[in-house]
Amino acid sequence: MSVKISVQNLTLMYSDGVESLHDVSIDIIANAVNVLFGPAGGGKSTLLRALNRLNDLADVDTAQGKIVFNEQNILDPATDVIELRRKVGMVFSRPAPLPLSVYENVIYGLRLMGERSKTLLDERVEQSLRQAVLWDEVYDRLNDPGASLSGGQQQRLCIARVLALEPEVIMLDEPTSALDPVSTAKIEGMLAELKERLTIILVPHNVQQAARTADYAGFFLQGRLVEYAPEKGLFLKPREKETQDYVTGRFG
Amino acid sequence: MENSEAARISRRNALLGVNLLRLITLLTALPVIGVIVYIIVRGAPALSWEFISAMPREGMRAGGILPAIMGTFYLTLGTAVFSVPLGVAAGIYIAEYAPDNRATRLVRIAIINLAGIPSVVYGLFGLGLFVLFLKFGTSILAASLTLSIMTLPVIISTTEEALRQVPNAFRVVSTSLGATRWQTIQRITLPQAMPGVITGVILGLERAAGETAPIMFTGAAFFLPLLPQSPLDATMALPYHIFVISTSVPGMPVEIQYGTVLVLLFFVLGMNVIATLIRNRARARRQW
Repeated sequence: MSVKISVQNLTLMYSDGVESLHDVSIDIIANAVNVLFGPAGGGKSTLLRALNRLNDLADVDTAQGKIVFNEQNILDPATDVIELRRKVGMVFSRPAPLPLSVYENVIYGLRLMGERSKTLLDERVEQSLRQAVLWDEVYDRLNDPGASLSGGQQQRLCIARVLALEPEVIMLDEPTSALDPVSTAKIEGMLAELKERLTIILVPHNVQQAARTADYAGFFLQGRLVEYAPEKGLFLKPREKETQDYVTGRFG
Repeated sequence: MENSEAARISRRNALLGVNLLRLITLLTALPVIGVIVYIIVRGAPALSWEFISAMPREGMRAGGILPAIMGTFYLTLGTAVFSVPLGVAAGIYIAEYAPDNRATRLVRIAIINLAGIPSVVYGLFGLGLFVLFLKFGTSILAASLTLSIMTLPVIISTTEEALRQVPNAFRVVSTSLGATRWQTIQRITLPQAMPGVITGVILGLERAAGETAPIMFTGAAFFLPLLPQSPLDATMALPYHIFVISTSVPGMPVEIQYGTVLVLLFFVLGMNVIATLIRNRARARRQW
């Protein structure tokens, strides 16, 4: 097991001075499903948005700490954030296809890089949609608007869109919260395959999903990482009382 | 019994209320329709191919109004050339780049107030700056620039507003896929805001096309025997021509006055129709 991203003593503040992450240290393990779970407002999404510097768009300041990815502290102002975001892709909780066709949604990131080769783009569209288990459903309507797909299909389109950039890490923030059980199962099944080739960080939308998918799991509560362990350890034998209360459904 | 009686009365009152609102709406539309119908009825007899394609004759009391039509066309075009790029760019900057601080708020307030300045003030400002100081003389150039300044606030605020209506999720998603801010604007935000931007542009230009005060000191001429040959020539223009033939030409046939008004009305309404068509087409393609 190797560490893909190492978060070291990270403290983040909103610009109004409210702390959203407090002294969090966590190693994201390569080629595994790393689950970050816990009640809402625990800082999971803020952490995800720190890992690809999407927090740059919001009023978040880094107070202290480091995030080391490929031997580089990505919080360093000199970081090439565009490059970083291509390597650390993100899927949001609400499916948000861009107002473009299915085809153009998938290759959006490649177009931004200036890719023009029709052959390469066509290949990448098919490959990404197959990986996202969507190809069979949309191969004959690639020119339809992305928004014309069903909710579950839209979310897989958003995953395909990230995969098209061949990222090293893919982060999913409650990707199935708006989806039906069948679509959820498809996405969870897909994650198990994807981790052969890349690193997955998943914020699940409930404890059951955390237990089903996790290779490693971290429990977040009010901006702190309470406990971090391989899946079985954390769900069968929580060390901390707060974790135990949450996984057994006493709060959350 | 009691109950159904109450229900009947409340239904009757609701119906009464809705009909009252209908009546009021009709009353507000009535003057507009009245003006248009009256102008069409009085002006239509003057319309002919000669009227819109020939030069005026007999001290403008006969012949056509071609120079005024062409002049308004040139002025509108000139205004578009200056105000559209500037206004859209400023709108983009304010909506997408400008930090939310005191300076930005000051600029926004200035723009809003710019929209409230009486048009004759723009005319005098244009006279001072473009005609005299920059020595453009009384010309299409000076008048277009003056009209541009008047049009800018409309274009800036509608552009800004249209951009703000584009859901923020698109910006976040686009950024997360490695887009720079400009790429996001270019590929997602601006195309999505286009219907609103176009509406603002045409509304602004429409107002410019119909204005008299800003051009009377800066570019409009009482009468010219020739069509303008360069942007530095003065020009006749429909609104100013209407002003002239209704106040300063004795023995002016009334049909020509109404006919000229009708042509200006068509010009402006035509732009309005184009704006509506573009907007509806773009809206049909929008996906949120």
